Formats: sequence, C-alpha cells, structure tokens
Amino acid sequence: MALLNLVGITKWFENRTVLKSVSLEVDEGCISAIMGPNGAGKSTLLKITALIIEPSEGEVVLDGRSCRGPEDQRRVQRRKMALVFQKPVLFNMSVEDNVSIGLRARGVQDRVVRDRVDEIVVLLALADLRRRDPKTLSGGEAQRVALARALVMRPKLLLLDEPTASADPNNASIIEKAVMTAASERGCGVLLATHNPQQARRLAKETAFLFDGQILETGPTDSLLSRPKDDRTRGYVSGMMPR
Amino acid sequence: MPGWDEILSGMVRGLQLILSGDPGVIQITLLSLRVSGGATLLGALVGISLGALLSLADFRGRTFVVALVNTMTGLPPVVVGLVLYLLLSSSGLLGFLKLLYTPEAMVVAQLIMVIPIVASITLSAISSVDQETKQAVRSLGASPFRELLIILNEARVGLLTSVVVGFGSAISEVGAIMMVGGNLLGHTRALTTAVVLLTNQGEFAQAIALGMVLLALGFSVNVLLMFLRGELFSGTLPYLTARRSGPK
Repeated sequence: MALLNLVGITKWFENRTVLKSVSLEVDEGCISAIMGPNGAGKSTLLKITALIIEPSEGEVVLDGRSCRGPEDQRRVQRRKMALVFQKPVLFNMSVEDNVSIGLRARGVQDRVVRDRVDEIVVLLALADLRRRDPKTLSGGEAQRVALARALVMRPKLLLLDEPTASADPNNASIIEKAVMTAASERGCGVLLATHNPQQARRLAKETAFLFDGQILETGPTDSLLSRPKDDRTRGYVSGMMPR
Repeated sequence: MPGWDEILSGMVRGLQLILSGDPGVIQITLLSLRVSGGATLLGALVGISLGALLSLADFRGRTFVVALVNTMTGLPPVVVGLVLYLLLSSSGLLGFLKLLYTPEAMVVAQLIMVIPIVASITLSAISSVDQETKQAVRSLGASPFRELLIILNEARVGLLTSVVVGFGSAISEVGAIMMVGGNLLGHTRALTTAVVLLTNQGEFAQAIALGMVLLALGFSVNVLLMFLRGELFSGTLPYLTARRSGPK
C-alpha cells in the first residue's frame, strides 16, 4: 500500500483552475518528483497534500487514512508530514529555535528535542549557525534550516517545494544528501516538486510531469526523461519549453 | 494670564518639587501609574485576545466587528465618562457595585478606551504576518493554541507597540477619569486631573511639575519600547525557546 495517495485533486481559485484531477502515489522510503514549469501547480499540490489548503475536489489519503474530516483528525495526519517551502520560511527566533519549533509545538520532551536537534544540525552542517538570527543567513543556509526543521520531526512523508531553488551547489548538495538519507535510512517517503530535470534524475525513482495543472505522464524518472511520451514533456525536458 | 517668566519659574519650581520627592507629587504619580497600569494590563489581555480572534477566526459579522473596534479607537473620553457615570451612579444599572468615585471606576473607564486601541493594533500586526508564514505554522501540526502563540510571536513587536500605545492613551486621559473618579485628593486625583485642577487654581508650579512627570513617563515608555524592540528582534518569547544548558 502506498504511503500517500492523491486521488483526483482539483483546485480552483475563483474562476481559475490550478489543478485538474491530479492523482499520484508515493511509497514509503521512495523519493517521487513532480516536475513541471513555473506556474504548473506544483506548490499548490504540495500545500493541499500538507493539508494547509483544501482541495476543491478529490482526496488526500495518507498512511491508508483519508485526510477528510474534522480539524482534529486532519492535525493528526498533518503531524505525519513536513513541508519545506520554496522560499524558506523562518520564524523570528534563532536558528536553533527555528529547528526545534515543530517539536516543541507538538509537545515533545525537552531531552528528546535536544538530542534530535543535535543530530540534525550535524547532518545539515548547521552546528556553527545555531545561535544566528535567520535574517543574517544566505538563501542556501536558510533552506538548510527549513529542511532541518522538517527532518527533525521525523515525518513519514516529506514534502519539498524546490528545496534547492535558493541554494548554491554546495548547499544544494548538502540538502540532496540529507533528503536521500531520510528516505533510505528512515524510510521517509518524499514528494519533491522541482523544475530541474537533473535534480529529478539524481533523487527521484518516479517522476510525474505536471503541466498547466494536469499530470501529462508519470513513470520511472530515467525513462520519463530519456523517452518522454508527450510532446510537451519532451519539449520541457529538452529545454524547448520556457521554464 | 501667566507670562513666560511665570512659566519658567514654574518649571524650575516644578523640577524642585520632583527632585525633592514632594509627597503630593509622588502620591498622585503612584495613583496614575496604578490606574493606568491596571487598565493597560487588563486592556492588553482582552485587547490582544480580541485582536487575535478578529485576525485569525472567520465568522459571520467579522467585518462589522472589525469596523466597530476601529471606530471605538476614537471614542471621546467624555462620552465614556458620561455613560460610565450613569451606569455607576446610585440609581444606575451598576450602582449596586458602589464604584463611583473610586480608582476602580477610573480603571474601568480607561480600560474601555484601551481595549479597542490594543485590539486594533494587534489585528493589524497579526494581519501583516505573511500568508506563507501562517501556512508554515499550520504545517507544523501544532494545536490551535500553540499555532496562535507562534503567530503572536511573529507579531510580537506590533503587540508590544499596541500595549505601549494603550498605556500612553490611558495615562494621558483626563475626561473620563475626572467624571467617574471625581478628582478627590488622596483618593482619585491622577496626574492629568490634578494638572487641570491646579491650572484652574493658578497653581502653575505644581501643575508644571505634574506635567513634567507625565512627559517623563511617556518618554520612559517610548525608550523602553525602543529597547525592547531591539531585544525582541534578536530574541524570542520564552515559551518558544530552547532551554539551553550552557554555551555550545
């Protein structure tokens, strides 16, 4: 059974349809990518999956349970996930407090928080930044802090929205390694939104191509990138399409 | 009519009264601090809660309540004083409380004016926290109360400003507390009401002394605000921070 099932997700804002009956699956311990140009609907899909915005139609099924229902039930499901936004969202507190805020918000014991934070700052090379004000961080550093805050919660499902968009190659490499470690060692399922075919190839076993709110095709990343079936996917992958 | 000489000598005399620790000045200042401090504290509790509710909750009639709160920020003090006087007078609805001409009645009068100010600034401060930050807070899976605390933490400079502005408004208020407090010496005479009375009696030195205390209080509160703003930008409210055992 898949860890995540998105079933016919449709979203419209006023009279604009952003997602059209999107369905996809993510397995435990697997990294799946949604690739597509800017404005394709990737961020909206991730926010719907993270249960922070409601779909107009369709259903999110996580861990075999529907995420419909009262807010208390949705919160339980939300706690199985963590979302990293495209533009890192850091709170007005030190780096260390930013990393631990999710655990504290969930009422995790202090000792456990300390141990987990100590572990994650090493993994994401944040040890020297612990006391820093987030406003003084570079884009890549800030994205590492945002990822640390997500990973420290040990989510079953990690949702990443262009996690290396504001990172230089060194920061991007640290981020990608941490994501791969979470998937391979902790069995964390990962849904990665990216506009970068190379990143999809490096990280994801499966990739879906999202265009104008619709999934045009889905399959193993290598075959989707080397032998795309849809002309629009082919155009995008070969760089013909504006990204 | 006093001339400049009289005003200047009044200022010198006022300074002497302050520096010599004049018991009358001290007593009036302490009463003002007690009344306005109490009104601000209660007003902050109610106003911040109300502002948070209005900015985060979605309910029928919300726009109307917001408009009402914003309108009430400009409440004329004498109207508040008049309504409260009628309610608290012996034949009024709340006459049985026997609060008229007490410091408690003055606290209530100032509270009525502080709440909308704090609520309105809180509403604006929380609304200015960007949507994606609110979504990030939601994605943490925290309880609604913890979510609220994190968002309040993001808006904390605005919240602090609301409290300081609320205090400034309370301490400088005169009409309402004069009406419900009665300006009784040693009992309900506050800085502002005393200045009015002393000026009417031609006691300019004392009036200027009390005026200078009022200005000094306003200035101190603003300095404190600037200091806390600096601190708050680099720190975090204690309930959200890691409890550190030592330097790392």
